[in-house]
Order: sequence, then structure tokens, then C-alpha cells
Amino acid sequence: MPSITREEVAHLARLARIELSDDELDHLAPQLDQIIGLVAQVSDVAAEDIPPTSHALPLSNVMRKDENVPCLTPEQALSGAPAAEDQRFRVPRILSEEA
Amino acid sequence: MSDLTRKTAAELSELMASGETSSVEITQAHLDRITATDTAVHAFLHVDTDGALAQAADVDKRRAAGEKLGPLAGVPLALKDVLTQDGVPTTAGSRILEGWKPPYDSTVVKRLKAAGIVILGKTNMDEFAMGSSTENSAYGPTHNPWDLARIPGGSGGGSSAAISAYQAPLAIGTDTGGSIRQPAAFTGTVGVKPTYGGTSRYGLIALASSLDTPGPCARTTLDAALLHEVIAGHDPMDSTSIDQPVPPVVEAARRGDVNGLRIGVVKELGGEGYQPGVEARFHEAVELLTKLGAEVVEVSCPHFQYALPAYYLILPSEASSNLAKFDAMRFGLRVGDDGENDAEQVMRLTREAGFGAEVKRRIMLGTHALSSGYYDAYYGQAQKVRTLIARDFTRAYEQVDVLVSPATPTTAFAIGDRVNDPIAMYKNDLCTIPSNLAGNAAASFPVGLADEDGLPVGFHVMAPVMRDDLLYQVGAALESALADQWGGVLMSKAPELEVTR
Repeated sequence: MPSITREEVAHLARLARIELSDDELDHLAPQLDQIIGLVAQVSDVAAEDIPPTSHALPLSNVMRKDENVPCLTPEQALSGAPAAEDQRFRVPRILSEEA
Repeated sequence: MSDLTRKTAAELSELMASGETSSVEITQAHLDRITATDTAVHAFLHVDTDGALAQAADVDKRRAAGEKLGPLAGVPLALKDVLTQDGVPTTAGSRILEGWKPPYDSTVVKRLKAAGIVILGKTNMDEFAMGSSTENSAYGPTHNPWDLARIPGGSGGGSSAAISAYQAPLAIGTDTGGSIRQPAAFTGTVGVKPTYGGTSRYGLIALASSLDTPGPCARTTLDAALLHEVIAGHDPMDSTSIDQPVPPVVEAARRGDVNGLRIGVVKELGGEGYQPGVEARFHEAVELLTKLGAEVVEVSCPHFQYALPAYYLILPSEASSNLAKFDAMRFGLRVGDDGENDAEQVMRLTREAGFGAEVKRRIMLGTHALSSGYYDAYYGQAQKVRTLIARDFTRAYEQVDVLVSPATPTTAFAIGDRVNDPIAMYKNDLCTIPSNLAGNAAASFPVGLADEDGLPVGFHVMAPVMRDDLLYQVGAALESALADQWGGVLMSKAPELEVTR
């Protein structure tokens, strides 16, 4: 039995905001199943009492001084925008008609 | 003066200091070499001819005015396309960033510029550094100068190919699971992954933030050390940057002495799955180090076998989160904005069109690993395995100064060989991944050619956190002893590339 079904992969694509085609789903689902088979080996390790490591080096939180520093101008910040208007990012509508 | 491209960075520096040549001449020679060879190699995604020549002219002017310049001032360099450079196209090998010109310099680039290093252009890479062959670039693969039908390694295949094709004496790479060291091994060059936090991630387009480390690529150990010194050191713009002095890497590369050094051969990194020619060169190099006075013992790191599965949970999880910023709103590609589609639909269409197959695979794997119900079994467990791998290292370093292994299980494989087999591709990084998970310093040095295919073999050295100098000590000792045996560095055995005019 596969560890992940085609339907589950389609659900993941929706969560990840990727509009996958049917062909891609056919291709990706078995590959992801294989990869999950590989990564699931981590569960072979007995590690109940082992603390997790989220970072390579132990670090406490790093804060910068609360001071003004030079930053991007509006023109620079918008220079790569797909669309801009009145010194703002112009985005597609975020609510659907029915809402 | 076409042989300027054959010089090391250290030699070029001397030639400029003595007034025998200028940075403009050196830069032009490398630009000409790129023009002549890059149709075949495809190391570069963007060549900044005007910018490079202007930087070179500026260095020459400052030198003429008597300004005191750093050791690499005027030396050209190839920059991996994952680091931002103000006003220069930066794509990370992805369609989703095609045409994007960042409005700021990454810290690495700032430091290169401050040192007077001339940036020739941006090098090809696997999309968002996801890959081990550079075949995942949206802009087509890079070819290995040793054999154009083969891959140059990845993700930093453009950088490794550029230096092994003599298009640049220096390059910058980034290493998340081996993306500096594996390409170095496949191209007979030197690649160093500094200690995590030893070099700044500011302006590095993030793949996995807890693993990503920029580092130097060069044809010699000394050149790599000189570049390492330029880019390393504390950066307040990176919250995980280490606030300590840079280890004495240049001094170590000049000394190159392993007398009395305790070296541990990692038992788990060898045997089945390793190419005979790779193992043969590796064991010869170990013997050579013994002759040079090192004490060699075998060391066991029992949890290294779980490094690969842990890595392919941690990396996709961090990547799926980091790549959420490619939402078609603030920069990069936007698809389907027709006035009808809402923002979410535009996002989905853009990410479908802008991301390649491997990026989609890993984003979805990460999304899966982080989803409720799976989090503890996958991501949580992988983090615990990470602890166990770090403990293996700690225990090993109680007995030895450095650990060694082959850099890769095989030599460079053919283009197209593994594209449809993600797991075979992932296994390239078996030896390099543990150091990313534990954050320690590691490097690959060329130690000869495999008998069966005549391709370069890399020798992998792993040193404790902030002991990057030990890597250079071992690398330089090997390099000079092998050069004595061979009558030159390994790169001098590389075939001549056909030059197009």
C-alpha cells in the first residue's frame, strides 16, 4: 500500500498553492511515495529521550538595537513588483464574488 | 597574455602588485575565456561584462594612486546566482525570478566588493539550490569541463565548472547538503563549507535556513583560504552569524602541516555503493597523510546512516516555508492576473508555471512533513536524529582532530542519468550531509582520478565547529604532496576545452 495516495498529493498541492496538472500528479504521486519510504527510516531510530535540534549551533535570541537604519526607498522596494500603483504593490482581488 | 586564466588568484595578486599586469587585463582575459568556452560549458547565467570591467578599472586606479589594497583586489570571481547583487539579475536558477534585479547587495557581495574582487557574473545552479547535478536549473544544465557529457555536480555546478574551465580563478558557492563540496569533487577543485554561521546568509535566497552556508571555491587550497577570509566573519544582519574571530585559515593553508594531527576515517562512509576508483584514491590519500606524520584511526559514527532521511525531512520542511514568499505579489513572475482570478488562484497558477519539478516535489514533501498528524513522526523525529548525529561528531572529536571520508560515493555521472530517479540523485550527498546537520566545517580536496573513468575524486575533511583552519591544514598538506608526485596540480590533467571564436 502506498504511504501517500494521489488524492493526498492533490490535497498537498492545494495547501502548497501549486496548480498541478493531472500528468504531474500521475508523475509526482509515486515519486513522493518512494521518497516518503526513504525518509520514514528516521522512525527506526529509538530517540524518545533525545532532545530535538532545530539549529546547528546553540543560540539564544539575537536582538538588534531599536534604532532607525537606512532601508530601501519605495521605488527600490517596488522595483521588482509584478504590478505597482501609487507606491503600493497592486495585487489581484483577495475576496471572491460570493463573499 | 592568454595564460592569465591559468594563474591562481595568489599569483594574479602578485602580478598586479608588481605592476606586470592590471586587473583590467586579467578581467578581460577571463571574459574572453568565458566567451570562448561558455557555449559548451554553460557555467554562467549572466555575464556582467561592463560591471566587471568598471570594477577592475577602479581597482587599477586605486592601486595607481598608492592605496593599500587587500590580497585579492582586482582578482575576478564567479558568483553563484543565489546571492543578491545590487542591480544584477538574480534568478536562483528559477523561472519564477527571471528578470529580477535585487535592489541590494548580499553581505557576501558587499565583502567581495570591499576587498576589490571583480565579479564577472552569476553562475548556473539547480533551481533554488535543490539538486546535485545542476540539471534542475530552469535555464538548462551546465557541462563538466572534464567531460562535457557529464554533470559538474550541484547545486553549485556553474561555480565549479567556471573555475575548472579557467573562466575564473575563484567562485562563491553555497552549501546546504553538499552543494559546494560535491561539485568541487566532481571537477577536481577545492570547495569549502565553512562552519554554519561563519559566513553570512544575508542576501542568500534561502533554501533551508538552518543549513545554508556560503563558502569559497577555487583551484588551490590557498586561493580558497584567501577567499574564505574575505567573506567570513560576524554579520549583524544575520541572526545566526557567529560573533567570533575568523579561524586562521590563510595561515593554515600556508603551513599545510599534518605532523601529529589525529585523523579519523569514518567507518560508515565507504564500502557498498562506493565506486572502486573513488575508494582507491581515498585510501591512497589517507596513506599519504600517514606518511606525512598524521595519526590515522578508524572511527564509528553510527547515526550517519540516518543523516540522509533526516535531511530530506528537515530541508523540504524549511524550504516549503521559505519558498512561500514566491506568491506573485511583491517580486518575480505573476501568471493569470486577468481581473477575474483572485489572489490565491494567481498564486497557484504562478507557482505551477514558475517552479520546476524538483522544487514542487520538495515543497510538497515539506508540506506533508509539517502537516498535523505527521509532524511528530517526521519533522520532530528528524530533529532528534539531528541531535544524535551531532553527538556522533562530538564523540569522534574527543578522539581525533578531523574526520575524513570520500566526498562522494561516485565520480561525475552522465547528464540525464539520474533525472528520473530522485533517490539515486539524493544519495550523492551521503558523505556531505552530516556536516550540514551538525553545522561543522567541511571541505573537498582533489586527490586524483578514478582508474575506471579518468574523472576527479574528492577527499572530504570534516573539522569541529570554528576549526575551519584544520581543513586547510589537511588540504594544503595533501595538495603539496600530491603535486610533488604528479609534477603539478590535478587540474593540469584536465582536457583542453575546444575554444569557439
